[in-house]
Amino acid sequence: MSRFTFPPSIPSRPVYGTLAPREAAQQLMVADAEGAEALLDLAAAAPEVMAKAHVIYIPRHSGEALVAKLREAGPAILHVSPSYLASVPRLRRILSDTVMGAQIYLAGTEGLIGQAMNETLQAGIPMAAIQSEHRGSVARRVQCVHCKGITEDVMTDPFVCSHCGLNLFVRDHYSRRLAAFQGVCIDAEDPGEVPEPVELYR
Amino acid sequence: MTIQFNDETFRDDYTFRNSDWAIKRFPFPFHEDSYMYSVNMEQHRGGPEGSVFEKRFDVDEHYISEMRDRALVLAEDPLRCQSLPHMNLAGWDLLELIMVSKSEDYPDLFELHRKGDKWRWINKPLGIDDTFTFMDDASLPYGPMEYITRQAQGDFALLDQRENNLWMDAGMVTTQADWSLDFDIGMNFFEWHAPVPRAHEMGVFKRALKFLLNIQQGSPARRLNWTMTVNPLLDTSPENYHKWGVQKTTLTPENIGRKQHLRVELQTFYRLPRSNALVFPIRCYLIALEDLVTVPKWGRRLHRVIRDLPEDLATYKGFIRNRPMILDYLSQYDDGKPTAPGIWPDLDTEPPLEK
Repeated sequence: MSRFTFPPSIPSRPVYGTLAPREAAQQLMVADAEGAEALLDLAAAAPEVMAKAHVIYIPRHSGEALVAKLREAGPAILHVSPSYLASVPRLRRILSDTVMGAQIYLAGTEGLIGQAMNETLQAGIPMAAIQSEHRGSVARRVQCVHCKGITEDVMTDPFVCSHCGLNLFVRDHYSRRLAAFQGVCIDAEDPGEVPEPVELYR
Repeated sequence: MTIQFNDETFRDDYTFRNSDWAIKRFPFPFHEDSYMYSVNMEQHRGGPEGSVFEKRFDVDEHYISEMRDRALVLAEDPLRCQSLPHMNLAGWDLLELIMVSKSEDYPDLFELHRKGDKWRWINKPLGIDDTFTFMDDASLPYGPMEYITRQAQGDFALLDQRENNLWMDAGMVTTQADWSLDFDIGMNFFEWHAPVPRAHEMGVFKRALKFLLNIQQGSPARRLNWTMTVNPLLDTSPENYHKWGVQKTTLTPENIGRKQHLRVELQTFYRLPRSNALVFPIRCYLIALEDLVTVPKWGRRLHRVIRDLPEDLATYKGFIRNRPMILDYLSQYDDGKPTAPGIWPDLDTEPPLEK
């Protein structure tokens, strides 16, 4: 099951919906891993939307299975990218050409959604034209408030900053500009007293 | 009056001290014996002579040393001062507001001479005499916001107003109560306040935002906010929390009066004329508990406020672990006598401590 219901949280924490087809001259979809399943649901509901879509897909751990299904769903263009970072130049190029009313669909992990959302907003696309749906891993992208390094795919709380090595706890405070949650040193007041990491949302 | 500027530090050896003058004019934030969030706004149109409310931008004995501390913070971490590209005009608005206010309110310390767009700014305490072209970035050594806020005590957040919201799109933040400009820049009013407990549910932020959106040019507003800080450390940033957090463990019953400080923010809000942005100066005042309790009314009241503060607020304000020791100390200065309403020290009318 690739869906997860996030517990209620503070106002800066993003919330995700369910992708719904919207008529537009231009349809852009970006997804990673199980995010493909959200695109497939969308295609099943509205094949004509998928037929117009330019899809950028980053399979990550999910391999080839979902790539084949996406291709069967019949998008106008399907681009499979080995990583989000590798897809960014292409994404920017497409966004530079978007027409009025273009619809953007983002699906998959919070890290993918947050970063692609940021690119989209920076290109001047209004928030109202962007939909997002979380699927798959609940891992978080976290910025260390101390060294500013970003650690991808954080699965536990606390965790060790991949840049400076401090033990960080993950706050729900979220920056759209950084597409990241905030990580803060957990043992600043009791150096060395670091609780056992527990998996997020467990 | 002529201000005698202190030569003092807010780090390492912590030589910061308040004079008797500074103690008596301290902005004590509690108008009654208890505390809960509220939209405690009032017009910022002066105040009693000598009080921190009197001038638009209060200058006190800590001015030079605070500006030196700011320069140290910025050298270590330039991300404490940031401005998104569309906020440059608001930066010039702010520069004008501070230069005009300070030169009018403190003519013996600051001078502003304007001939068209050729401006000459003289800051005597800091030894600055600069001539520049108003609205020409290249004529200043820093961007306009950074230039002027390196010469003004307190943090400054520049808020863009659009979509019926306020957006923290620029700021100079080096004396903050544990929040990060670098993380929060670009957020709207509800997002940057997201970590504050209770206040969202109480509707405080909705009402505060409504008030702030309607602030007009020439009608600034103000409020006080507070927290507690161990040692007179101005830079209680999340960025450096892994370095200063451990200082909270250094309190003992013997040193607490000297080391534990009440930290008060005088927050003011001004509409800016060209950009329609709001500037939100957050001026930090620190006072050691041993100095604060020399005012009997404040000693009694602070004890009662800290004692009765809900646990989640004490946690959010970062002193939950030290609350028992703080209360042991403060209880010596609470004899149970009633206190007069209002924040003023009332030294002539309140009874001396009977204990």
